[in-house]
Amino acid sequence: MSTAPRAGRLSTLQAAFVMARRDFVAVLFSRSFFFFLLGPLFMLTVLALAGGVGKQVRQNTERPQLGVAMYAADTDAVVKAHSVLAAQIGPAMPQLVVVRRLAPGEQFDPLSEIKSNKANLAAILTGTPEKPTLTGPQERIGDWQGRVALIAAQAAGKGPESFPDVALSGIATSKADQSQSRMATAQIGQTVLFMLMMILAGMVLSNLVEEKGNKIIEVLAAAIPMDAVFLGKLFAMLAISLVGITVWGLFGGAIWLGSGNSLANYPAPAVGWPMFFGLGVLYFALGYLVIGSIFLAIGSMATTVREVQTLSMPVTMLQLLNFFFASFAIAQPGNWIETAAIVVPFSSPFTMLAKAAQDDALWVHGAAIAWQLVWVALLVKMGASLFKTRVMQSGSGGRDKKRWWQRKSPAPA
Amino acid sequence: MHGNADVPSVRPLAIEARGLVKRFDGFTAVDGVDLTVPEGAIYGILGPNGAGKTTTLRMLLGIIDPDEGVRRILGTDRPHEVAHTIGYLPEERGLYPSMKAYEAIAFLGALRGLPLAEGRKRGKELLEEHGLGYAIDRQIRQLSKGMAQQVQLLGTLVHEPKLVVFDEPFSGLDALNQGKLERMMRGLAAKGTTVIFSTHVIAHAERLCDEVAIIAGGKVPFAGPVDVARDRIRPQVRLETRAQDGPWRGALPQDVRREGSHWYFSLPESGIEPLLRALIEGEAGILSLSIERAGLHDAFVAIAGEAAARALEEDKDEARR
Repeated sequence: MSTAPRAGRLSTLQAAFVMARRDFVAVLFSRSFFFFLLGPLFMLTVLALAGGVGKQVRQNTERPQLGVAMYAADTDAVVKAHSVLAAQIGPAMPQLVVVRRLAPGEQFDPLSEIKSNKANLAAILTGTPEKPTLTGPQERIGDWQGRVALIAAQAAGKGPESFPDVALSGIATSKADQSQSRMATAQIGQTVLFMLMMILAGMVLSNLVEEKGNKIIEVLAAAIPMDAVFLGKLFAMLAISLVGITVWGLFGGAIWLGSGNSLANYPAPAVGWPMFFGLGVLYFALGYLVIGSIFLAIGSMATTVREVQTLSMPVTMLQLLNFFFASFAIAQPGNWIETAAIVVPFSSPFTMLAKAAQDDALWVHGAAIAWQLVWVALLVKMGASLFKTRVMQSGSGGRDKKRWWQRKSPAPA
Repeated sequence: MHGNADVPSVRPLAIEARGLVKRFDGFTAVDGVDLTVPEGAIYGILGPNGAGKTTTLRMLLGIIDPDEGVRRILGTDRPHEVAHTIGYLPEERGLYPSMKAYEAIAFLGALRGLPLAEGRKRGKELLEEHGLGYAIDRQIRQLSKGMAQQVQLLGTLVHEPKLVVFDEPFSGLDALNQGKLERMMRGLAAKGTTVIFSTHVIAHAERLCDEVAIIAGGKVPFAGPVDVARDRIRPQVRLETRAQDGPWRGALPQDVRREGSHWYFSLPESGIEPLLRALIEGEAGILSLSIERAGLHDAFVAIAGEAAARALEEDKDEARR
């Protein structure tokens, strides 16, 4: 047999990687994971179909509308131009409603018209086709500017080769409106995080049953520290979960974007969309590791799949409690309930993601991430110790009773 | 017997355990076990089921920690620090059923710090060497129990450990494979690897071991060279005489047992010469006389007691069935 390279001592992280690699490959290429992936995809397809029908119904009622308030002749020209372009471009063209045909010399205040919110008006086009002005919320008018220029050019009879400049008049969203919108984003973020946790964290419960059933656990326990076994299993399942989220996310995102949706139609979180998504992934990972380490410890006490199933009910209740606590906390910004929800490691990821939607401060996320990492390490250590003492029935020691600084270096072997 | 019995005492120790105690829910499974295993030795832990063999091995390997006592393995009291130099085949064999045979070997090597690619290469080589080349790409679930056992055995050795620990390695193997395993163990020891194994079959220990620890009821009444264990009881004398009676009979020891013209007794402390003189002078008519050194089984009975010996026999019968 070849003698090089030789086996070398593994650190806990290296040992965890060996374990994680085995579990990741075994789960990823199993038939059960394939079906597990398919489940939510079916659900997304059904939701997309239902959403498509709903969208058709909503299109005439809830679709954000572009109002026009110009002199009568200009209004008619804009309406005609819109209908010509809508026939060519389709639903991407905003729905047009005539707010008012102005009499010569008549004054019109588009701002108060939008704020009166009589119709589903998202922006109002005023001025003339040669010198149009678009008034509305900044993100909306920015999105529509190009299309409005196209309509104005058509209405002015200039054709698409000569676009008039569209003056933009942004409406600053009030602080109250903004925080209400961000609250909605926070709640949606929390709910999505919770749903993913519910679907994915439960997998960890049954993760040690195979090893115990196959008696492999003794081989593992003899070769690597139990902490490494726990850590490896946890990270393998996290990686599997991220694969699942990526597949579902790509599939769902494609359907969502394909249906003509855009993030611009939703209230932006305080930290911005890219950071919000980044933090979402990070908090999912941390939440998964924190809750997963508890689940792994609980599941490791079970000897059969049936026992695991029995355990899953109280575990689901525990998850729900965390979610409710975090949901309650986002409505209490700055008071002790929010602080408690951030400090409690199980509700912290949910609360912090909601905070990212409401508050643009980033340092708190750094602190929260460090705090949650400490808890992951602690819980993995506790779970492994519990497993060793309760399942393997290990004792208190077997080492020299001297502290490490009192020991002499080992005798040469 | 294998090896040289007078060498171990000067060899450095691969394993040293002092006063190991392990209790499970108030039951003391191991009660103050002391062991010293010299490097390069084949060392047997001999005892009936439930004697504490597996628990002792688990404590030595760091799978469980003792409640009391100290263990040192390859120079450290933290077994996981030297895990890459140890191979372990547990009594209850286990592999991931969906893994291919060579991958299972590579995985066991990877757990001991062998790079995965090297483990895969060696796994294929080992399977070929041991006549299991046809099973390289088969999943463990597709192998027979005996073949899976062999795959696990190869996985135990793939990283070329300095110390190999086998827990009841012969159980479940047919006679042919038991012989193969014995040869493999001797081969490992010849290369300087320390081999420690537990067994309830005295014959294996007697054939293979330099030293043994006899364990019964969680205690180790004897640990040391096999020869020393056998010397614990006096050699047995088998005498055949022409005469059935005479004054010479007074010279026979008190524990003498007669079967026809044969007399069985322990060799007297004074040696055989005075007895021979008395037999000749008393005209006993010696037809044959043999002095047989005690076997390990007799030593086991003498050291561990009749009850432990009976338990050992029952375990052996159970295993045969």
